[in-house]
Amino acid sequence: MPSLRTQGLGVAYGGNRVFEDINISIDGPGLVGILGPNGVGKSTFMNAINKVITPSEGKVYLNGRDTSEMSYRDIARFVAYVPAQSKETFSMSVIDTVLMGRYPVSGISTTDNDVRIAAKCIGMMNVSDLAMRRFNELSAGQHQRVMIARGLAQEPEIMLLDEPTSNLDIYHQIYVMRLLRDLARERGIIVLAICHDLNVAAKFSDRLILFSEGKVVQDGPPSEVITSGNIREVYGVDADVVQVDGRPYAVYHADPQTPGGSMGTAPSD
Amino acid sequence: MKTDGILKTISEKVRLDRTVERAEGESDEEYVYREYRASWHSKMVFLALFLALFFVLIGYKVTLGEYDIGFGDVYSTIWHHLTGDIVDAGDDNVVWDQRMPRVLTAIIVGIGLGAAGAAMQSMMKNPLADPYTTGISSGALFGATLAMTLGVFIIDGYYGRVLNAFVFAMVPALLIILLSKWKRPTPAMMILVGISIMFIFNAFQSYMMLRADPNSVSAVYTWSVGSIGMTTWDQIPVILVFSFAGLIILCMMSRTINALNSGDEYAKSLGINVDRVRMLCMLVISMVAAGIVSFTGIIGFIGLVSPHIARIFVGSDNRILFPASALMGACLMLICDIVAFLLLGKNMQIGIVTAMIGGPLFLAILMAQKKEVW
Repeated sequence: MPSLRTQGLGVAYGGNRVFEDINISIDGPGLVGILGPNGVGKSTFMNAINKVITPSEGKVYLNGRDTSEMSYRDIARFVAYVPAQSKETFSMSVIDTVLMGRYPVSGISTTDNDVRIAAKCIGMMNVSDLAMRRFNELSAGQHQRVMIARGLAQEPEIMLLDEPTSNLDIYHQIYVMRLLRDLARERGIIVLAICHDLNVAAKFSDRLILFSEGKVVQDGPPSEVITSGNIREVYGVDADVVQVDGRPYAVYHADPQTPGGSMGTAPSD
Repeated sequence: MKTDGILKTISEKVRLDRTVERAEGESDEEYVYREYRASWHSKMVFLALFLALFFVLIGYKVTLGEYDIGFGDVYSTIWHHLTGDIVDAGDDNVVWDQRMPRVLTAIIVGIGLGAAGAAMQSMMKNPLADPYTTGISSGALFGATLAMTLGVFIIDGYYGRVLNAFVFAMVPALLIILLSKWKRPTPAMMILVGISIMFIFNAFQSYMMLRADPNSVSAVYTWSVGSIGMTTWDQIPVILVFSFAGLIILCMMSRTINALNSGDEYAKSLGINVDRVRMLCMLVISMVAAGIVSFTGIIGFIGLVSPHIARIFVGSDNRILFPASALMGACLMLICDIVAFLLLGKNMQIGIVTAMIGGPLFLAILMAQKKEVW
């Protein structure tokens, strides 16, 4: 059973504190959404979990093991990371890009099995017709799906995704989030995804963690996190929350020129 | 115009997105798998074609010279020499003692610079990276000038000059390693360090040239334009070791360098110690380039152009790009040497020729190339 636990986790760059004293415990499989305004340290939090950034204080335990005592390689064997965007200079074909996800398993050689796994993950993300295209010829949305396929190819027990739906159309936003939820259940893995669309996150996540100004404001099931009060407090936006298909759904009153519309000040960056 | 056409047909034949016939009722997965195998196969075909071209060029180059020797005879003479059963002592002397050292040097230099250039560009994520922009060439020139004008040697004799050039060519790499104690060595920083060092070395080098007597100035100048005609059989093993050891190490690191290309954060999440890999890579590349340049003088354009040409045919996967670029480098060296001989009727300083031919060739390829490769 995969588990992820942080204990008094904090990150500061120079004198700039990003967040401190984060205590989160995820003890079993599921899709966990991370919400919060821009610049509150969601990505930094994610990078502190897989040691891409070394935490300034506190501990991270993955499957019960302290990451400060693990090598990058140890972590890569069961934790996959899907960045928000990719900055390739010389880009390879889509399949070669996805095959990179097999690196922690197969090292410098690529086996037949690796190619089959990559082909399967490409199929799961609906990009089979692009498999031989060059990565930099694709649209932003296609990029994102290829990067998720690359994460899946790693066959992780814990998967960390930084805004996996930010460039996708609504069909693919729903498709990706549903796929992540199903994967979490079927494979028994922890999927941690940073989201900006509260409604898509609420619809598919088993649990939501709401960040604000370097702290966790609320952590729990979607119905407890997506509330008018929380949205007002964290995002500075007035919203009504209604129930749609058994999940909370936020409707924003964002335009002061329409009757009943109002808007608070932007959350501090 | 004709080369444009040929290039176009070639690149259309082996495009990365070439179509594989889809079988009835075949799943997406199976189809993608077969497509991948087919594309890998076509890259291998290209590598084989490069290799064939390479052997033809060797044979042709050896036929050129005062003493007449047939194309086929070149190969049989080499074969007879290697098997220790020399048939014609005259042919053997011309082929083996007079012409092969130059040809072999051209090949070894091409392989080393081609592989080092490809690795530099991929590792620094910069299509402009080559021994010039990383300060290696100017370091070597500075070291050699120091020896030839002021007589400052680390050790005496012919190897003194080589060692001088080598030591100073390693300065950019060593400086980056020192700087990394305070700052993370990003790719951009590596290039900027290289360029600043280039300016510093060039300034001192110019100053030494102004103060030196005309004879040594002329010697420095001859060295600086790069020559492969002076190497003897004794020196070949030395540059061979630099070149091949470098190629092998880089090929072993190729998949890791692929991952660096997707950004440091992602590479770390794959378990790669990014800073350490980049430093090791920089050290290996510098040793290869410095090892070669210090023997032959500055040979421009091969390190820059070979990877770009190879990329058009085999794509940017470093596992295949490194060997392809190395072979391309060797072919380009031979082509330049052959063209110069045909035009002038004698052997030329190779550094001049590579730039004179490489520059326009590269421009033509850039123009003919429709697809963005980099």
